[in-house]
Amino acid sequence: MKQLKDIGSYFLMLKRVFSSFTKGSVLRELIFKEIDDLIIGSMGIVAFISFFVGGVIAIQTALNLDNPLIPKSLIGFATRQSVVLEFAPTFISIIMAGKVGSFITSSIGSMRVTEQIDALEVMGINSLNYLVFPKIVALMLYPFVIAIAMFLGMMGGYVAGVYGGFTSSPEFVAGLQDSFDPFHLTYAFVKTFVFAFILATVPSWQGYYMKGGALEVGKASTNSFVWTSVLIILSNYIVTQLLLS
Amino acid sequence: MIKVENVHKRFGEEEILKGISTVFHKGKTNLIIGQSGSGKTVMLKCLLGLFKPEEGLIYYEDKAIQHMDDEEQRALREEIGMLFQGGALFDSMTIEENVMFPIRMFTKQKKSDMLHRVNEVLARVNLENVNNKYPAEISGGMQKRVSIARAIVNKPKYLFCDEPNSGLDPKTATVIDNLIQEITHEYNITTVVVSHDMNSVMEIGENIVLLKNGQLVWQGTNEDIFKTDNEDVTDFVYSSDLFRKIREIQNKEN
Repeated sequence: MKQLKDIGSYFLMLKRVFSSFTKGSVLRELIFKEIDDLIIGSMGIVAFISFFVGGVIAIQTALNLDNPLIPKSLIGFATRQSVVLEFAPTFISIIMAGKVGSFITSSIGSMRVTEQIDALEVMGINSLNYLVFPKIVALMLYPFVIAIAMFLGMMGGYVAGVYGGFTSSPEFVAGLQDSFDPFHLTYAFVKTFVFAFILATVPSWQGYYMKGGALEVGKASTNSFVWTSVLIILSNYIVTQLLLS
Repeated sequence: MIKVENVHKRFGEEEILKGISTVFHKGKTNLIIGQSGSGKTVMLKCLLGLFKPEEGLIYYEDKAIQHMDDEEQRALREEIGMLFQGGALFDSMTIEENVMFPIRMFTKQKKSDMLHRVNEVLARVNLENVNNKYPAEISGGMQKRVSIARAIVNKPKYLFCDEPNSGLDPKTATVIDNLIQEITHEYNITTVVVSHDMNSVMEIGENIVLLKNGQLVWQGTNEDIFKTDNEDVTDFVYSSDLFRKIREIQNKEN
């Protein structure tokens, strides 16, 4: 029963997010601020993780190639497929659920605890539109983050594969270009948009409807990470089933 | 003027407000007092339209808030200033941005005009050189004054204050009380203050409503409060150590 109520309140929240819009000039400023906080602020960790995980994928693939009949270009191919199809869109989104999701929940939750949300409502401002809509718009730039993660993941694979002595540069590049299906990119970016929406709205919902004090803000942040991750994994399965099967 | 007519508010089976009827006058500081759990905050949230009463009407001038459409309610909220218990300043904004916020949201003034008005109200609450500070960088008393400045920056018709003295030392509390009363008279607005602080009652209580278990049990001024024989009033007033001791001394002298 509680789960049904929660699902209901999530969709009611979405309805309110897209109604009674905040003044345009204020909204524009909020969107730029959210882009800075959520997108630009995440680039460092995304770049770091992407580069090194790409490298690990290349090394592990190389170490498992015992058969001399299998070409070394498979290292580049496996790196590309792993990074484009799963690592960049899904793995990075789970990390973002921890970084961006917790930030969103704790910042909105703190505003709830300190009556800042009540202050907005008393002033006649639709607090959900004011707080959540700019986050949704900012996270629509999330596919750019994922595109960079894809590039750096393959770059990491190249550096680890070539400079680690597992393959040659032409072989790795040939593997990267081998049997390339552009639809895989479409698939990756479609699910990235779905994940971006989940990343913006689920942590906001957790923060907005939390009750209690500082301790509960911490609990809400943890719940937010758990639920955002679960929904990302579930929607990943559904989108994959719909687009690739 | 705000008129409350037979307001009932329930949460599940529990009835928190049991048929409250009263009038909050324009140009006066109206106090809602009572012990914890008496229904003061619920009453305030009903007045603000944050809670919808199951029965009864709340009139702003001659129109009931329950009969207003969304646009009318939004327009009404622009005429309301609110001082929250903890100040509720936006901690990601500077003091200047906090005070400017309502003007930015609801008017199309030039930045220089907005800034002029912000400095005017900050000066009115005796705050200077704090424009570029963040709420966390100033004291609790100063935060309350900034919150008052934000509440009055759009020249509201109604000012609501929820426990304005909580967490303040007696001297700062008196400053805040006096500021609220001065602003009420200066702007000729309807001010409603929720408090359980007897000092506030004595300082600024021009129209006092005493709630007990969700019912209005007494209404009068700060001068009437020591003259009445109403048991609920004496219970409330003399639950304060200070006032009880004053009464004992007065009794001895008499």
